[in-house]
Amino acid sequence: MIISMDLELKDIPGQLVHALIPLSDFGANIMSVLHHHDQPTPSGSIPVQVIFELKNGRLKDIITELEKNDIRVVTVGKKRLYEEVTVILIGHIVHNDMSDTIDQIDNTGFAEVVSISISMPGINEQSSASLVINAEDKNKLIEAMNILKTVAEKKNLLVIEPIENSFE
Amino acid sequence: MKTIRLSIIGFGAVGQGVARVLRNKRDYLVHLGINLLVVAVTDSHGACIDPDGLDLRAVLQRKKESGTVATSNASSLDVIKNTDHDLVIEATPTDIETGEPGLTHIIESFKHGRHVVTSNKGPLALQYKQLYNEAKKHGVIFRFEATVGGAMPILNLAHDALAGNRIISIEGILNGTCNYILSRMTEESLSYKHVLGEAQDLGIAESDPTYDVEGIDTACKLVILANAIFEMDVMYGDVEVTGITKITSEALSLANVENNVIRLIGEVQDGNKRIMRVAPRLIPKQHPLAVGGTLNVALLKTDTAGPICISGKGAGSMETASAILSDIIVICHKNT
Repeated sequence: MIISMDLELKDIPGQLVHALIPLSDFGANIMSVLHHHDQPTPSGSIPVQVIFELKNGRLKDIITELEKNDIRVVTVGKKRLYEEVTVILIGHIVHNDMSDTIDQIDNTGFAEVVSISISMPGINEQSSASLVINAEDKNKLIEAMNILKTVAEKKNLLVIEPIENSFE
Repeated sequence: MKTIRLSIIGFGAVGQGVARVLRNKRDYLVHLGINLLVVAVTDSHGACIDPDGLDLRAVLQRKKESGTVATSNASSLDVIKNTDHDLVIEATPTDIETGEPGLTHIIESFKHGRHVVTSNKGPLALQYKQLYNEAKKHGVIFRFEATVGGAMPILNLAHDALAGNRIISIEGILNGTCNYILSRMTEESLSYKHVLGEAQDLGIAESDPTYDVEGIDTACKLVILANAIFEMDVMYGDVEVTGITKITSEALSLANVENNVIRLIGEVQDGNKRIMRVAPRLIPKQHPLAVGGTLNVALLKTDTAGPICISGKGAGSMETASAILSDIIVICHKNT
């Protein structure tokens, strides 16, 4: 699970370390820290936004520990669907029950179709669509893609997937 | 100075390219300590043979003027069996159904103790294991750089330059015709049919383009990579193949909005997750695989060197001859 947390720290040295140690102690993988030193709150504390990945669910422990350290936890936001893929479909997409194609992904509970752009050049001609699918993690995304491929094969739609390897 | 006697079997675009390259590079080869004597050239009409070495300029001229090199009606197989030489350049056209006549030419060459360099994909895509074993059995060298990626030295890169690395996967664009069609469709927002016609006019696509556009050619090359680099022992039928005939210009525009292009990608991966697939794929525009025009490209994932990417001209008479020449030189060096 990806969590975004807004904290407020006192404007004295060493506060950021106090804020980050509980996170790493409870197994969070810190992805980004934004320290808004130039935007103090009216009470003079410094807003900090932290984004981290947490797999063990010990969020409550983290919050308790932060508060013990005198750090104010202002908001906690969870981003449930983190992985994203864009694919292209070609074929008679609309006439092959498009809502069913989407439902098959959405009904999994772990993945959703979040955006569709369709181009329909003419009646009886094949349409093309760009689909964005979000899922909880990489494995769930692969599972969702496999569902899409099975549905597409039944409906005689061509699925164009992205390549896997980036040049890194 | 080492003298190597060779034959050129098949004298179409590739065979003629080899003859031209050997003429152009004569001094260079002598500098390397190699004296190449072409003792026979054959085409579908017959052969010309000279144990002291043919004048390649005259052979090329005769082919141009009369449509054949033949001065005798000896067949390619007669030459392979009966003319004394060390190395056979097998440059007949690919037949993916039977592998012939290349398959018989290569096996007979081995049986007569002759090394073989080929540009013919058919025999390799159908009978790799048999050819590998026959060459080994007869103690001769078999090389086929020209079968995959034209001038792009992919087999030699994996075997020699990257020696010591485990190749984890290879993905790439191995068919210039498909790449030309998809690039033009993207750039000009034209339909598949229109661009195919244009490619046929330019001689980039064959009058029957099935072999290229249905992904068959890419699949054959993938089989050669799978067998030669990953030692997989697979055949054409083992590849999952989707071609480019269904790609619409609308799909390319939708990809473009997201900063992607669509290209026909061949992908081979060994290990737990064995993959052999040819399919149109989305590629980010800034990715090194997103090359345009008739270019070929390959991305090799290795365990030690990381990713290595090469690109080059995948077809053409001189480009293919370049790959054949590199194989000839390797054999000459190994043979001394």
